[in-house]
Amino acid sequence: MANVKRSPWLIHYDGSSCNGCDIEVLACLTPIYDAERLGVENTGDPMQADILLITGGINAQAEPVVKQIYDQMPRPKVVVAVGVCACTGGVFKDCYNIKGGADTVIPVDIYVPGCAARPQSIIDGIIQARDLFQKRSEEHDALVKAGKTYEDLKKEQEAKKEEENG
Amino acid sequence: MGKRSVVPFGPQHPVLPEPIHLDLVIEDEKVIEAVPNIGFIHRGLEGLTDKRDFKQMTYVIERTCGICSFGHGLGYVETIEKIMNAEVPARGKYLRTVWAELARMHSHLLWLGLMADAFGFESLFYQAWRIRERVLDLLEMTTGGRLIFSVNEPGGVLRDINSDQEKEILKELDIMEDEVKDIEKTFLQDYTVESRLKGVGYLSKEQVHDLGCCGPFARASGLSYDMRKLGYEAYGDLDFEPIISTQGDAYARCECRVKEVFQSIDLIRQAFAKMPGGDIFNPVKGNPNGEHFTRIEQPRGEAIYYVKANGTKKLDRFRMRTPTFANLTGLCETLKNCEYSDVGILALTIDPCISCTER
Repeated sequence: MANVKRSPWLIHYDGSSCNGCDIEVLACLTPIYDAERLGVENTGDPMQADILLITGGINAQAEPVVKQIYDQMPRPKVVVAVGVCACTGGVFKDCYNIKGGADTVIPVDIYVPGCAARPQSIIDGIIQARDLFQKRSEEHDALVKAGKTYEDLKKEQEAKKEEENG
Repeated sequence: MGKRSVVPFGPQHPVLPEPIHLDLVIEDEKVIEAVPNIGFIHRGLEGLTDKRDFKQMTYVIERTCGICSFGHGLGYVETIEKIMNAEVPARGKYLRTVWAELARMHSHLLWLGLMADAFGFESLFYQAWRIRERVLDLLEMTTGGRLIFSVNEPGGVLRDINSDQEKEILKELDIMEDEVKDIEKTFLQDYTVESRLKGVGYLSKEQVHDLGCCGPFARASGLSYDMRKLGYEAYGDLDFEPIISTQGDAYARCECRVKEVFQSIDLIRQAFAKMPGGDIFNPVKGNPNGEHFTRIEQPRGEAIYYVKANGTKKLDRFRMRTPTFANLTGLCETLKNCEYSDVGILALTIDPCISCTER
């Protein structure tokens, strides 16, 4: 799978943000900033998506939804936390209902700061995400070629860790 | 008679930038009933009053919503000023009016774009958002932020608009007026758009009034209900009439919002023509004590702010009622007996701002 980084599909979900970052994500896809020139395309279907853009600190009700979207995405996948709320909880960190950053619920790979995150920095996040996506696809291909699954890989990594720790 | 079934709509759905969940009870292709389920973006920011002082709360409340952020800041500081009997300099009031109208333009253009996207007119979506970027550039030039401005503080505004910026804004407004006229033709005269929107989701004036709807959603059904007529900030000095339409369908709501963009352009020009010189900020002293509630007109309709203060730095209670919450009842009414394929459009016609609703 050569050059999959030129055509990853994005999915965007608002996990309890103020929607400032959400409309900036949408603004990225419109002609002025035009993230689509990088080959990405916005999709509404988690099962076809490669990169998840998540905004906002996650609340109790959004948590299962975020987990479900993440689980429905096929491997390899990359998660980008857009905005300071998705990174750490931001201004809503002290609210009773907010769990904190998106990384308290799902593994996050790339953090885009800002309140609201500027389109330029979101595009930078997308560029980093597609490079990571390329790397993971190559690893995925190697895994499939070797006839292994992700569970095998996980077990191997755990065994290796135990060995290192003695 | 077909078999009844329940189709979930959302929270993750392509036409919705924000999560809301509707349980649609359908019979064949007809929607019988819609049951909304909200709470996916509830953060509980009203509860932050016991952790932040009343000046810090301004910045928290601005982050209720990224689209109506200026309006929320404005409503809150106005309530605090009323409690503390603080006098805002005249220039500060006019500047607030200018920014509030610019924010309204950006909100309406955003909605027009999303609406075009919902009925499948992708290029119109791009055109609307291209014009919106011009508004955002003006806002960034004058306030420093694209969406969250943080220029309001109890007592006035923190930034001034100088004469160069004023010229630039007026020049850009001329360009934008022409461009919006171009897209207005497509929104209001194109037969494909008309056939998609006319007669969809009709509500009568009485229904809108009884359901307590507000904003362009209510005005599209002929209810002349605009809080700007109360004359807060500089609106009392400006000459305008609420834009109403009598058809009460999705097309009329579209029409109202397009015309309000022109109204905002006109109001900004009037505000600059009448703008006085002098101070912009008159710092408040001491802590608020007492309670007050304010009504202002957000891009989406009437928003109500209530503050109860006890003489210390931290407020007893802060509460707001946002326009989308009022309009949700209207949405459920329009969804009754509509076609299943119209649900996406109807959900958009109230201009849903879920972040405001759930806070």
